[in-house]
Amino acid sequence: MSQTITIDPVTRLEGHGKITIQLNGQGEVEDAHFHVTQVRGFERFSQGRPFYEMPSLMARICGICPVSHLIASAKACEAIMSVRIPHTAAQLRRILNLAQMVQSHALSFFYLASPDLLLGMESDPAARNVFGVVAAKPELGRAGVALRRFGQHIIELLANKRIHPGWVVPGGVTEPLAAAKRDEILAMLPEAYANIGLALAAYKQIASTFKPEIEVFANFPSLYMSLINEDESIEFTDGALRMIDAQGNILDDGITAGKFSESIGEAVENYSYTKFAYYKPLGYPQGSYRVGPLARLNIVKSMGTPKAEDELAEFKQLAQGPVESSFYYHHARLVEILYGIEKIEQILSDPLILDKHVRAIAGVNRLEGAGQAEAPRGTLMHNYKVDENGLITWANLVIATGQNNNAMNNGVLQAARHYVKDGKFTEGVLNRVEAVIRAFDPCLSCSSHAFGQMPLVLSLLSPDGEVLDQVIR
Amino acid sequence: MSDAVEVKTLVIDGRELSARRGQTILEVAQENNIYIPTLCHLEGLSDVGACRMCLVEIKGSNKLLPACLATVFESMEVSTNTERLQKHRRTILELLFAERNHICSVCVANGHCELQALGQEQGLTHVRLPYRNPELTVDASNERFTIDHSRCILCTRCVRACAEIEGVHVWDVMGRGINSIIISDLHEDWGTSSCTRCGKCVQVCPTGALFDKSKIGSDHPKYPDFLPYLNLMREAQ
Repeated sequence: MSQTITIDPVTRLEGHGKITIQLNGQGEVEDAHFHVTQVRGFERFSQGRPFYEMPSLMARICGICPVSHLIASAKACEAIMSVRIPHTAAQLRRILNLAQMVQSHALSFFYLASPDLLLGMESDPAARNVFGVVAAKPELGRAGVALRRFGQHIIELLANKRIHPGWVVPGGVTEPLAAAKRDEILAMLPEAYANIGLALAAYKQIASTFKPEIEVFANFPSLYMSLINEDESIEFTDGALRMIDAQGNILDDGITAGKFSESIGEAVENYSYTKFAYYKPLGYPQGSYRVGPLARLNIVKSMGTPKAEDELAEFKQLAQGPVESSFYYHHARLVEILYGIEKIEQILSDPLILDKHVRAIAGVNRLEGAGQAEAPRGTLMHNYKVDENGLITWANLVIATGQNNNAMNNGVLQAARHYVKDGKFTEGVLNRVEAVIRAFDPCLSCSSHAFGQMPLVLSLLSPDGEVLDQVIR
Repeated sequence: MSDAVEVKTLVIDGRELSARRGQTILEVAQENNIYIPTLCHLEGLSDVGACRMCLVEIKGSNKLLPACLATVFESMEVSTNTERLQKHRRTILELLFAERNHICSVCVANGHCELQALGQEQGLTHVRLPYRNPELTVDASNERFTIDHSRCILCTRCVRACAEIEGVHVWDVMGRGINSIIISDLHEDWGTSSCTRCGKCVQVCPTGALFDKSKIGSDHPKYPDFLPYLNLMREAQ
């Protein structure tokens, strides 16, 4: 008799989702799906609005990564305006984006993932949260909170607001950086370096104990995509996209935002509101690829900052060619935090960062524009069409979670097949299946309102809907 | 003494005051630093009593009167801030917020909006009425300015500024009741209308309904204070 296991909702994620695992008559896993169960509608209700309102409107998609949406949206608007923004504005935006990456990665690693990593996959679910981490490893808990504050405080200093700042606008930013604020950021750096040092050391110490998980946490060959600079160093704000294959060979390079839709298509599955992005020349689902920290470190040849460069070299030792297990998203995330801190220091040391010319003004010069950026969890692309008065007639957003969607589904199936035996499962099994999703740090709603204390029910159902077994926590 | 000023004595909120015949309650209150909330009223424009925010109670009458239009009479006793008035004012604001799409967080006037400020001042914590969420258009055909009907509260300040001060009368109101909408000329695009691009309507608009395209994303405070000076200088000529 076949059965279905449902994990609803999946906890410690950003947004609402559920997992279903279908068992066959022998109690073996037949199939598994990760469902995103909410619909947002931003692409529809932005129609008819002035294009220059889009950054502030689209930033509301997410309370954790509003800066990524602000930047991708502003860049799409700048394509419509056909302007090149002042150098200082571009550099200020780069700092803002890096600060957000640091705080978002700190949230993902310390608040959402570290309870599994530091306390154990089988530890008491009641204490398997950030408070449990603070109680068990106070130094690391504090480092996590401090790194998140570090990123958030830089965003607040630059843009006057931690969440949904209105500072990034089409054409640049609204006000230049004051010297006093720059000095305040520089003064925060030593503590940030110390905190990420602690986290990296702790991670490397425990990583070896997770060998079984590393084997089955979405560990398979795939394509990877991310932004990259012309000198092949890591890039979050500008540059162009590169796609590599499972062996690390370059499949496509120099994909600008304007050409994004020529290379990337989106498929729809009836079990999820999130679309499934794929590389068009290979079709769906063969052209599915991964984005985010793992993809970025697999693609780039250098970090461009000394400490992160050493960490990248160590990361590349994990595998011949691309690192395949999605468990290493955690590792890559910590390397990127280190890079973010170093890069912020590098940019702030340029005296031009205080230049007062930070905004270009223009009207509608093209009827379509696209912009792309690296959000903490992967590539983000905004594409708009406008009428001659600049009112939005069509919008499309391709978010990181959609690009990792196929890998997350395959990862859930891989882990479920490994852990669910004879139709039996324990709470620890359930948690491991969820942890596969957590490794990707998806933003399901691309909004901040839904993680935290949620009831979790895992049910084993017969084909006629009868509850055969249930775990509630 | 042929132009003798006829003096009326009245009481506002327990204070004995004197006023000139023909003065409105609002004028007398403002002269004596008594605050009455207003929204459609603007110094320098004629009053229409559209918003009802300045309603006051007159002793001996059960009817509430708009202070911007009601003139004083001898021995009048006015209350400007009773519980009943506070309740009415909050309800008016709730109706305004529910009627169209006032999304402060993404509005160009956020932080500089008279409707938003009044909501805060009157202690409006939530709207009890269902939002209507009407589908309204944006006219961005003017090269300098935009009108977003979602944010319009039909105060008609723009209509009055254009007709009375600029003397062009581009703006007017079309339709009736809840279907009323501000139009330029005979319901044509603003960009091709007889508008002189003077921008007075933008400066007098209390919300983000009328705004300057170049100010988008920046702070967009409005400066309607020029109207009384403009009138003064014109009278002096």
